[in-house]
Amino acid sequence: MDANEAVASVAYRLNEVIGIYPITPASAMGEQCDEWSASGRTNLWGSVPSVVEMQSEGGAAGAVHGALQAGALATTFTASQGLLLMLPNLYKIAGELLPCVIHVAARSLATHALSIFCDHSDVMACRQTGFALLASSSVEEAQDFACIAQAATLESRVPFLHFFDGFRTSHELTRVHVLADDDLRAMVDPRRVAEVRRAALSPDHPSVRGTAQNPDTFFQAREASNRFYRACPGVVLDVLARFAERTGRRYEPFTYEGHPEAELVVVAMGSAAVTAFETARHLAARGLKVGAVKVSLFRPFGGEQLARKLPASVRRIAVLDRTKEPGAVGEPLYLDVVAALAETGRLRATEVIGGRYGLGSKELTPAMVARVFDELAAPAPRRHFSLGITDDVTLESLDVVEELDLAPGRAHEAVFYGLGADGTVGANKNTIKILGDEAGYEVQGFFVYDSKKSGAVTVSHLRFAREPIGRPYLIGRADFVACHEFELLERLPVVEHAREGGTLLLNTPFEPRLVWQRLSAETRREIRARRLRLFAIDGYAVARDAGLGRHINTVMQACFFALTELMPVEQSLAALRRAVEQSYAKKGPDVVRQNVDALERARAMLVEIVVPAEDEPGAAPRPPLVPRRAPEFVQRVTALMLAGRGDALPVSAFPVDGVWPSGTSRFEKRRLTHTIPVWDNALCIQCNKCVLACPHAAIRAKVFEPVALATAPAGFAATAWKGHDFPGESYALAVAPEDCTGCRLCVEVCPAKDKARPRRRALEMQPLAPLFETAKQGYDFFLELPEVERKRVHLDVKGSQLLEPLFEYSGACAGCGETPYLKLLTQLFGDRLLVANATGCSSIYGGNLPTTPYASNADGRGPAWANSLFEDNAEFGFGMRLAVDAHRRAASELVRELSAEVGASLAEALLGAEQATEAGLVAQRQRVAELKLALRASSTPAAARLLELADYLVEKSLWIVGGDGWAYDIGFGGLDHVLASNLDVNVLVLDTEVYSNTGGQKSKSTPRGAVAKFAALGKDSEKKDLGLHAMSYGHVYVARVAFGAKDAQTVRAFVEAAAHPGPSLVIAYAPCIAHGYDLAFGARQQKLAVESGVWPLFRFDPARLERGEPPLELDATPGKASVRDYLADELRFQLVERRDRARYEQLLAATERDVRHRIELYQALSHLKLSASK
Amino acid sequence: MDLTTRYLGLTLPHPLVLGASPLVDDLGAVRRAEDLGAAAIVMHSLFEEQISHERHARAELARHEESFAEALYFAPHRAEFHLGPHEYLEQIRRIKDAVAIPIVASLNGTTNTGWLEYAKLIDQAGADALELNAYRVATDPEESGDSVEKTTADMLATVKAQTRLPVAVKLSPYHTSLAHFARRLASAHADGLVLFNRFYQPDLDLEALEVAHRLELSTSADLLLRLRWLAVLSAQVDVSFAVSGGVHSVEDVVKVIMTGADAVQLVSEILQHGLHRFTELRGELERWLEAHEYHSLAQARRSMNLANCPDPKVYERTSYLRILNSWPPPESRAR
Repeated sequence: MDANEAVASVAYRLNEVIGIYPITPASAMGEQCDEWSASGRTNLWGSVPSVVEMQSEGGAAGAVHGALQAGALATTFTASQGLLLMLPNLYKIAGELLPCVIHVAARSLATHALSIFCDHSDVMACRQTGFALLASSSVEEAQDFACIAQAATLESRVPFLHFFDGFRTSHELTRVHVLADDDLRAMVDPRRVAEVRRAALSPDHPSVRGTAQNPDTFFQAREASNRFYRACPGVVLDVLARFAERTGRRYEPFTYEGHPEAELVVVAMGSAAVTAFETARHLAARGLKVGAVKVSLFRPFGGEQLARKLPASVRRIAVLDRTKEPGAVGEPLYLDVVAALAETGRLRATEVIGGRYGLGSKELTPAMVARVFDELAAPAPRRHFSLGITDDVTLESLDVVEELDLAPGRAHEAVFYGLGADGTVGANKNTIKILGDEAGYEVQGFFVYDSKKSGAVTVSHLRFAREPIGRPYLIGRADFVACHEFELLERLPVVEHAREGGTLLLNTPFEPRLVWQRLSAETRREIRARRLRLFAIDGYAVARDAGLGRHINTVMQACFFALTELMPVEQSLAALRRAVEQSYAKKGPDVVRQNVDALERARAMLVEIVVPAEDEPGAAPRPPLVPRRAPEFVQRVTALMLAGRGDALPVSAFPVDGVWPSGTSRFEKRRLTHTIPVWDNALCIQCNKCVLACPHAAIRAKVFEPVALATAPAGFAATAWKGHDFPGESYALAVAPEDCTGCRLCVEVCPAKDKARPRRRALEMQPLAPLFETAKQGYDFFLELPEVERKRVHLDVKGSQLLEPLFEYSGACAGCGETPYLKLLTQLFGDRLLVANATGCSSIYGGNLPTTPYASNADGRGPAWANSLFEDNAEFGFGMRLAVDAHRRAASELVRELSAEVGASLAEALLGAEQATEAGLVAQRQRVAELKLALRASSTPAAARLLELADYLVEKSLWIVGGDGWAYDIGFGGLDHVLASNLDVNVLVLDTEVYSNTGGQKSKSTPRGAVAKFAALGKDSEKKDLGLHAMSYGHVYVARVAFGAKDAQTVRAFVEAAAHPGPSLVIAYAPCIAHGYDLAFGARQQKLAVESGVWPLFRFDPARLERGEPPLELDATPGKASVRDYLADELRFQLVERRDRARYEQLLAATERDVRHRIELYQALSHLKLSASK
Repeated sequence: MDLTTRYLGLTLPHPLVLGASPLVDDLGAVRRAEDLGAAAIVMHSLFEEQISHERHARAELARHEESFAEALYFAPHRAEFHLGPHEYLEQIRRIKDAVAIPIVASLNGTTNTGWLEYAKLIDQAGADALELNAYRVATDPEESGDSVEKTTADMLATVKAQTRLPVAVKLSPYHTSLAHFARRLASAHADGLVLFNRFYQPDLDLEALEVAHRLELSTSADLLLRLRWLAVLSAQVDVSFAVSGGVHSVEDVVKVIMTGADAVQLVSEILQHGLHRFTELRGELERWLEAHEYHSLAQARRSMNLANCPDPKVYERTSYLRILNSWPPPESRAR
């Protein structure tokens, strides 16, 4: 199990109220608890804990605080920004000495960028709250400390924040000695639990809490809790002793390991302490006088305990901090160690230096720790340093050049490169189980995932040993390296992962005799230099022959067992067969047989490839990852990140403030699909629905003068434009073969059927391989064709889709239901668009490096995009609007002021410009250009100021974008406030009806009857009607849209929302993989949602009120489909039926009633006549 | 009046059985069926496609798992959720728990492949017998009639190898030599034959240019085809027979018994008029037999099949002409 599961299991059994909210990497703890609660699992006292999802972590902390005050044992799980939102309550809970443990999977705080990965900046922001801070360094320790913290908080009354490293520990799979209920019972003193009950706020023995105190008393009362903090380290010691007695596992607040007469010591906290121990032991065994200290109890900080642990011989100490406090004398652990030594009188004889490491999950390896010992041994060590990066700007980093393998051969190490979709990680988890359970190995599994949601690459790091493994860092040099997707071999540093003399296994589509020839010169060189044994298998062929389609996981797993011989061959085959039977039993006996078949075939089809002894001439070099025409930054920085070598980039390569160039996704050619849509220009009716639906802007349309076709490459298709608006011009539809994900959405929305053969449509999926070159040349040519003049385009579906998309080739899922809306936004307003983007899917595919999809047009204009946080996005965008408006006002005033200088007629035109149309915008841009020309001739300060601001005389379109988790839950208060204003802000809610980015947790947008995480039995309350709420203001433009049901209404709503002078809210139905169906049918599901009335389409326009018309217009008449039909095709609803049919029917009936009432309400509103304002 | 009958080795108090229908999804309806006198219940089919569909649904979920660090999976309790086939097996268990009458499960598919292994699971789930529904439209010009029959016979053999349950094969009427085929199935150890399958008939949606499927409820007119073949086959092949499709009245029941049915599957009549039709038809059957001075149902069984009827030729070719002659020419009808 991993630490999330281990910790959740303890926390669940020891608590009664659990407040949860999803945040990576802690979400899994809440999810587990919710599932246990839903299936009726009881805690230590025989009751089922209440597990409640709140609207934010702030809400979760508030609920926990309330539960604690009312005498319950309560907990929560969180990380990063979530922990920050809990801060006010942490002070409260601690100030009130309420026993409580919260568990944190430590994660970076967003600063110049967001990072979902590990460091301690979040927990370090809590060190002043009065919570005790207890740090775990491994999975088992995290489990144990979860229990120890609970015992200690009950006995000390000091609340505990228990933390462990996000991903590194929270997600590492390993064997754990599981704490039984009796172990927990032995640790938790029932008298203390009784005290909690007695301390409850209760009308039966009333008291007042949370008073306001004045200068006369606050200070003393605050100091009244001191004795509890003094006693706390002692209490922890007692608890640890009791725990050791019961389990045999000994822990200390500070643990020392290494040479008994160490002179040089490294101090660290979290998983890094394990690496420090291992390195110190390794070096001490070689006679070096070195050691390491692990800090477990960071608050209250027992300075004397620390001093006692340090050997008297210590001369120098390096303290490693996994956080950064810019401007501080040093990072917090360093400062505490310095202060503790000073207070215990040991600082006179000891020099302390401090270093930062591991921010955002940067690796800490034994070589780095060894380098720190080197630094400590240097004549004049650097007092402050950074570790694990190259800082070539402020030169603070320690350069680590050598590798250090602590115990080669003690563990078998294996690395697997695969795709998310091919099941590599699942198979590896299974391998871990087999080797752990059946062959008695100690095991470790760690999985590195991609930043992309489609075509994601996974790298699995597996260790197997006959002794405890430790090693909380990635495998550097593996005994066994497997590449499950041939394409990755030349793209990522796969071969470099292999140890000299190791084994490399390739899944290749080529015949054995051709495999070697298919490798690049560089790869051949690396294989030869490392003297690797090379094996190959056509895993796809084996899987196909066994009837498994493209599921190669069983095949590759069998090869791993065959090549590593970690188990005797027959035994491993039997174990694999049992595993297959177990995992596939529910899928049916034939699936089991197919997999067993695949196991047997795999061994037979595995071949060793002879590695020629000599270099052979003529091997092709590795192709470049980015085209040579890419900008310098992309070549220098992005290309390395794409090649999996971003770690090597020095500090100087980066912008200092998180400002990155946009439009780089076009240089990352990922080639994700084996089939692409092919256009039949004769059949096409030029509706452009395919272009609108494409989530990745990989199918595009243009109109252009036919003369441009003169230089078209062979096979490029075009046809005459069919409308009246571009007479005599040509039309072409082109597909980006390297960017298409093969989702088939375009084919499914294509309405153009061949009358003679209705099976054929104007778009058909075809195998890519034979078409690739033609398609690529055609697409490159297409991109060079001129863009249509914006002012000539009519802003309907067809016209809007002739406009250049400035959101392209994102990493969103194949078939994503959100991105078509964003793309439309950039087509309509991209050249004047500012986007404030809430954290979530749209900020991840919108802004997750290495490449970003927001692009600019030929004039260099394009969407300006920023993400602040999850909770504050409406306010963030609101602030942008205020700034833009201020700039525009200032510019306007300056134009008036300088009217004589720039010319009165130009000034007047600038100030009174019509900018509602594209033509008006073009004219205004020309005027601004004239203005700038005039201003450059002037040298007055006012002219200089206006020159800076002149561009603001052109309207900017401000859009606040986010998902339903933001809009309905965590950001709702801010959204409400912003909608209540009169500012011209537009809000686009990409409504997937769950927290998609964190894996599908319930939001208030989740419809009744849908299964989601935190709603494991199917949600039993109605979806919140955000639109109705916004309508209640009266001045807000509100629309509910679904592009797959009625694209014309979507386009119209976007245009109207932008034109509305006040706040606008567009709620867009976005199909999501969390809904559980093939997203190729996303449009069909949208249609069903609309036709059944589940998703009513409407536009509420305050302008209509002014005209004395009903403000609400219903844009679709429901009733053509039934709610049952809609629910039938999505697994999120069907899972309820599979589990509990009666509940399904009951939820269905309730949904039907909801729908009926909603439609009746809207119908009434759509006939409502209010008196027009005079 | 003794109405007992033996069907697939099961002794039933009377021949009226609830045929494959959506009613079996509703345990309340199942209990009512027993209370109102159904002698046995036939489950609707577990389809070969349902089994493969289930696999696809799972694959669809799995496709997005373990790919992205923030969302390693999407559906909660995914281990506990059971799709199609599992639910089917569970429903058998639930029905067995709910009622005492025999349950005939049903497998429906066209290929002799792994899905047939579900027969064993159906057996384990507690079904009393199995219907193998060889539902297919032979569209492949390369495939001969013999090969079509062979596939079905092979499927039967596969199923028989999986289970000791009695197995009936549900046939379509569209076989070249039905009598020959029936004998082939009997020698492959079929325990019974069910006459006949009713195909979903394709229709067209002219606006969408799509093919639409529809199934209409049977009428007594559907019975005639079945009467003939019951009469023919029950005289030639020594297995149980059930009729499915077209029985709506007590006369219909008597006719199928006389031509050879051991069990009568009722669906359309029940869906149209309700489960109480079991009680009514049973009473009517008793009264009819009494009124016509039969002392038991057994006396009437197969009395009018090819072997026992007074004029076997009627079931054969000559009856064709006679029926045609019984229709007046169109112009006379117009008048």
